[in-house]
Amino acid sequence: MRKITYREALREALREEMLRDPTVFLLGEDIGRYWGGAFKVTEGLAEEFGDERVRDTPISESAIVGVGVGAAITGMRPVAEIMFGDLTALAMDQIANQAAKIRYMFGGQAKCPLVVRTPFGAGVNIASHHSQSLEAWFMHVPGLFVAIPSTPQDAKGLLKTAIRGNNPVFFCEHKLLYPVEGEVPEHDYTTPFGEAVTRREGSDATIVATSYMVHKALAAATVLEKEGLSVEVIDPRTLTPLDKQALVRSVRKTGRLIIVSEDCKTAGVSAEIAAVIGEEALDYLDAPIKRLAEPDTPIPFSPPLEQYVIPNEKTIIAAVKEVVQHGH
Amino acid sequence: MALDLPKQKLAEMLRKMVEIRLFEEKVFELYGQNVVPGTIHLYAGEEAVAVGVCSVLEKADYITSTHRGHGHCIAKGADLNRTMAEILGKQTGYCKGKGGSMHIADFTIGMLGATAVVGAGLPIAVGAGLSAKLRGTKQVVACFFGEGASNQGTFHESLNIASVWKLPVVFVCENNLYAMGTRQSRVMNVENIADRASAYGFPGVTVDGNDVVAVYEATLNAVKRAKKGEGSTLIECKTYRRRGHSRADPAKYRPKNEVQEWLGKDPIKLFKERLIQGSILSESEIADVEKEVETRIAEAVRFALESAYPMPQEALQDVYS
Repeated sequence: MRKITYREALREALREEMLRDPTVFLLGEDIGRYWGGAFKVTEGLAEEFGDERVRDTPISESAIVGVGVGAAITGMRPVAEIMFGDLTALAMDQIANQAAKIRYMFGGQAKCPLVVRTPFGAGVNIASHHSQSLEAWFMHVPGLFVAIPSTPQDAKGLLKTAIRGNNPVFFCEHKLLYPVEGEVPEHDYTTPFGEAVTRREGSDATIVATSYMVHKALAAATVLEKEGLSVEVIDPRTLTPLDKQALVRSVRKTGRLIIVSEDCKTAGVSAEIAAVIGEEALDYLDAPIKRLAEPDTPIPFSPPLEQYVIPNEKTIIAAVKEVVQHGH
Repeated sequence: MALDLPKQKLAEMLRKMVEIRLFEEKVFELYGQNVVPGTIHLYAGEEAVAVGVCSVLEKADYITSTHRGHGHCIAKGADLNRTMAEILGKQTGYCKGKGGSMHIADFTIGMLGATAVVGAGLPIAVGAGLSAKLRGTKQVVACFFGEGASNQGTFHESLNIASVWKLPVVFVCENNLYAMGTRQSRVMNVENIADRASAYGFPGVTVDGNDVVAVYEATLNAVKRAKKGEGSTLIECKTYRRRGHSRADPAKYRPKNEVQEWLGKDPIKLFKERLIQGSILSESEIADVEKEVETRIAEAVRFALESAYPMPQEALQDVYS
């Protein structure tokens, strides 16, 4: 199969959906012909589809999302880009109070097929306002779906599902994933929401990882295999809906769970996944759950500081060993 | 200003204003009887704004509304029964009891709903305007908000975007002088919200918001401009609420003489006088309108009171499509 980058996969999804459905349009800061998006995801699309459908906006995050809501409830399928995930805080009312609730509050009258795309993630030394992973905020808002692809194939398939659906979708990208290559089918396909994928099968322990951490977990699992440990890696792909069965199934098999996510530990993605297993699979655990996450600090600037707060291959390997050795 | 509209149109405008007034008085009464859960923000006193604006709009045109939104619904043509039922939290209400007084919508008449976050409706209205433009319809959007909302960041973001994209949005500021208990002069150093339009490069006009014909004419100009593709207008309507901000707020922060002065400028009373003086409607014709409306409101109350509450487990429905 051909290989393309995560960035190219996202661009293909946008392009193909724009070709397929004239109501799909894009809006965001510097996404058009002059810049092509801060991470170049939309590069070339304004040239192909025109400035009306690939719409540069003022620096007005609240209005970018709000305009998307208004367009979505009146028959369009907008895809809004927020340049950095941190800046979604500026648009929070429109995301959490308007987009997410407009269907429910009005008794099901409204459809709000709005996609809000944004990059999260640390690792490029741009400090506290451009490096956070805030996906858990959006898991806490009923009415939103939250997608968090880790591969080019899922980036394309999940984005297509998001655009074709009738609900608001918060679409979490990762800035370190944009240049990552992977196999992507050339035919039209979508990736369903609420279906986790097993990235690697194993029997000694389960790692549930999200976004860029999936790749760290897979690298750790490869090292551990050489040391005789068989690690299963599960990628939920969407946080809302969350494929609880897949998580429970894997924990029943391995009896040990390590969760790796890049957001803050407290009340974060790892907390929710741990709670699911605590409620539904506690009896199958042979060791306490181990969570690797950002240690409840803002993301610092200096490389050694930043690296210290992000889970990595070494901390994952140590965590797996600790869990596996529990009771031995 | 001449009342050069057809008699039927003027009579319909009066009927809508009376509908809103009597509806709101009935809501207040029911609130006192403890059959309205939560809180209420009554539109009584501001009828000329919603009716003046919506009388220009067609059914396919859109409006966005606020926490003080019953009047917007009625003016756009919402069903009184379902509106009252929603306010009472009944299954037959517009939102099946999920929205209540602050969140009524009727998408079939272009009423895109009321948001209770002050200023949050502005970008949504701009999005509806963009949608109309992209789909190539001739729809316009009237966006209602208060003077308090004009201090929100969304006001600036929305008017700026509407301006640069030349969108068919009419921004209608209902300036009732008070944001809850905060008088405008305590939080703004401009007297006319319309002046703020100059920052966006489109017209801003201030009109007597208790004069339904003045509001109608200003809206007509704004809608013509919007439909010609010339962009937005900000219309500031100076008005006053007859009661407090919410529930049984006695509004003691408003000076007595000010209240008396504004109550004397009752938009319905003024409109009736002009209709009679202009020999457009007779007193008995007006009395007939009022009687009919009373009957309609009584029917809406009966419908709402007799309707069932939703089943508790319906709370779990409509989160997702």
